[in-house]
Amino acid sequence: MSAVEILLGIDLGSTTTKAIALDHAGRVLGRGITNTRSNYNVASRIVRDEALVQSRFELVRHAIAADPELSRVERSFIGALVRNFRKQQHLEQLERLESALDHCADALRYAPCREAVKEKLHQIDEAIRSRVPGHFSELAVRKSDFFRDLAAADYMWAAERFSDAKSVSFDVLCGLFDAAILEVENAATDGAFERHSGPALEQTLATAPAEIQKRAPKLRAAVESVRTREFRVLGMVGTGYGRQRLPFPKEQVRSEILCHGLGAHAMFAGTRTVLDIGGQDTKAIQIDSSGIVTSFQMNDRCAAGCGRYLGYIADEMNLGLHELGSLAQESTCSVKINSTCTVFAGAELRDRLSLGQKRSDILAGLHRAIMLRAMSILARSGGISDEFTFTGGVARNPAAVSALKELVKQNYGDRTLNISPESIYTGALGAALFAQRASEGRTVA
Amino acid sequence: MSGQTVKTPTVQKEESMVLQKQLIGDYYDSLGRAPESGKRVVSTFVPGNLAELLRSFDLLPILPEINALQSGMRKLSANYIAEAEKQGHSEDVCTYVKCDIGMLKSGSIGPTGVKLPNPDLLLLSYTGCFTFLKWFELLRQEYQCPVAMLHVPYLSGGRIEPHHVDYVVKQLRTEVIPKLEQVSGRRYDEARLSEMLALSVKAEDDFVWVLESAKHEPSPIDAYFGGVYYIGPIFTAFRGSEAGVEYYRTLREEIAERIRLGLGPVTPEGTMEKQRYRLVVEGPPNWTSFREFWKMFYDEGAVVVASTYTKVGGLYDRGFRHDPNRPLESLAEYCLGCYTNLGLPSRVDLLERYVRDYRADGFMINSVKSCNSFSVGQLLMLRQLEQRTGVPGGFIESDLVDPRYFSFANIKNRIESYIQMLEQKRMTRMPA
Repeated sequence: MSAVEILLGIDLGSTTTKAIALDHAGRVLGRGITNTRSNYNVASRIVRDEALVQSRFELVRHAIAADPELSRVERSFIGALVRNFRKQQHLEQLERLESALDHCADALRYAPCREAVKEKLHQIDEAIRSRVPGHFSELAVRKSDFFRDLAAADYMWAAERFSDAKSVSFDVLCGLFDAAILEVENAATDGAFERHSGPALEQTLATAPAEIQKRAPKLRAAVESVRTREFRVLGMVGTGYGRQRLPFPKEQVRSEILCHGLGAHAMFAGTRTVLDIGGQDTKAIQIDSSGIVTSFQMNDRCAAGCGRYLGYIADEMNLGLHELGSLAQESTCSVKINSTCTVFAGAELRDRLSLGQKRSDILAGLHRAIMLRAMSILARSGGISDEFTFTGGVARNPAAVSALKELVKQNYGDRTLNISPESIYTGALGAALFAQRASEGRTVA
Repeated sequence: MSGQTVKTPTVQKEESMVLQKQLIGDYYDSLGRAPESGKRVVSTFVPGNLAELLRSFDLLPILPEINALQSGMRKLSANYIAEAEKQGHSEDVCTYVKCDIGMLKSGSIGPTGVKLPNPDLLLLSYTGCFTFLKWFELLRQEYQCPVAMLHVPYLSGGRIEPHHVDYVVKQLRTEVIPKLEQVSGRRYDEARLSEMLALSVKAEDDFVWVLESAKHEPSPIDAYFGGVYYIGPIFTAFRGSEAGVEYYRTLREEIAERIRLGLGPVTPEGTMEKQRYRLVVEGPPNWTSFREFWKMFYDEGAVVVASTYTKVGGLYDRGFRHDPNRPLESLAEYCLGCYTNLGLPSRVDLLERYVRDYRADGFMINSVKSCNSFSVGQLLMLRQLEQRTGVPGGFIESDLVDPRYFSFANIKNRIESYIQMLEQKRMTRMPA
């Protein structure tokens, strides 16, 4: 069977690294995302592999959909297969975490209590493993798909249970986790599909309903054909702040301004203005009817009002980043907050809390404050034209979107606001499209 | 793109740069020797400076902006600014002012390590920068010396009218010259001034030739990063001097040779070999990271073919020349016509002319955080210029001499994005 020709776009952001794999026709085959950590090389390898894993699942889906006998079980089979695959992947990572923890416990400083520490680690390992099936059940809602987040939450839960201030304290266990998770995170492993698709397939079939089981030979063949299928990368373009670290020539590195412009154009062809709020910068981009950037502005001199602002506020309030928006949406009377300086906003937050104001009202005010800043950058770039597309991690935040909608209406009247559920991948999509164009011998459409 | 310049391990310098370094070194030495030599010293600003008039009285100019930018390039400004902030100057005050005040408070050691003398007079030629007044108000407190105020009317209409010239000449006769006579102990000698203005004209002719050489493709000069070296003598103490004439003659010959050989500008890493984009730049450069800033341009194959910053000390390329036959009138016209004294519409007109005359692919504005006088309206200028020329503008922000406001990654990102945007636009114009 011939190799699958793909094009890759990698967006090395300050918070997360994303990858998109396209087929030769420019259709998205797979996506990958991971936390950027301090190692861009590892992060880019991980997302690349993840995009390839997803691409293989997509190919399995194509193969099943193409067969009339299999197509009716496509959704349930693929859903279960992916869940079992993720579980296998998670267990492999856990195994590496256990080994890293064991290794970290060999450090000299734990010598006096090594046996007790290892005993506790063993108990924690067991407890964590017992929680794994729950994370990957059909109805499970995971707060994060990053191994680091899931493993940390489980580890802390278990460490709290098993720690003992007199022998092995919670702090000691936390310190071990911090050291071990770095080891695990900074070692990329590839070939995940080859390793895990087999066991995942058998588990899926073993517990599947009869309508799937009776089609097992064909389903096995479909997965097997994809498992051994070769990928040929026709082109790869990198973008984002870490792009200089990507191991390819400068010609294959594009600025995220251009990538977000092109990515937004690909998602919504009518886009003329793009707002991207990422971890450390806010970009307002004007594009023409082909997705070509005509002007842009970014936040200047400081990163006030960027994604990290919300991250900081979430930390201050002891909330997850994803919880901020929905809490702010509960507001009935938004508090007016002027500061977009992250640190001052933290101070304002504490001050308002001490005055007895509701968390939701304060949060609504904070969301509005960052959008006011974005409006200023948009104005500087040339205003908001129809259609207007909002991208970046903050576009997932419902309170940020509401505040933006309100301000756009106030300042520019009715504008079509586009937000893709995959908006976090806009930069990577643009990069992949640049790779596609370069592979076709053209720089732009 | 690395590979566009011929890399050499040491910083490459043109002959004229070596000559200029010598000139500036000698100039600071002469300032350092002033207490012994008995030379009297006048502090004054670059835009609208009366270099020939001071020289005709045998007075030595001290230029605080030049001290500040030289301190910035020599990595001395951060400490000076910190010192000024200790004295109570806010973070938002012009960093040239703070650098100057900080240098003063740290013992007035000039950028070359020579102790600078206290000025005997502050010659405040007000040419569009509102901060100049406050700056010299502070220096007057420090030095307790007289001030000669020359009020230059702001050219909001963009044209020099006869009454503007009369007004400035009157002040020269009744305010400036008497004070210079007092400080120097010499009588005003118009014939001597005219001789010096004749020397200025020679240097000005060569200087304009150098600036306009950027109309060649490839350009033999970078009219911004190289340009700031080229303006050095003519904007400061060397106008009206034989040394100044010699410098511009040498520079012109050097560039003529470069044109003959088809060579590009000399960057710190060698001759720029590939010029992919011709840019016009508005606003001063960042001095504290000057080389890094320049590299961001030449690495992308961008050469600056015209800039407005190299006109803050006179719009010679628009035809102005000092006139030995009308000495005071031409000094007045010089002060009135400096770039800093022009209103926004005139600035846009000038930039538009540069974009067209120098066949620029784009223009870039470097907006200075601590400069309220000139940063105001720059986004408006950007929009107007884009509309008029159809050429895309880029916008970056940094500062003059405060290293805290030079965000390397952010600025590099913007410049790279801007250049890639130009590339993308260029490709769309190409026939399939």
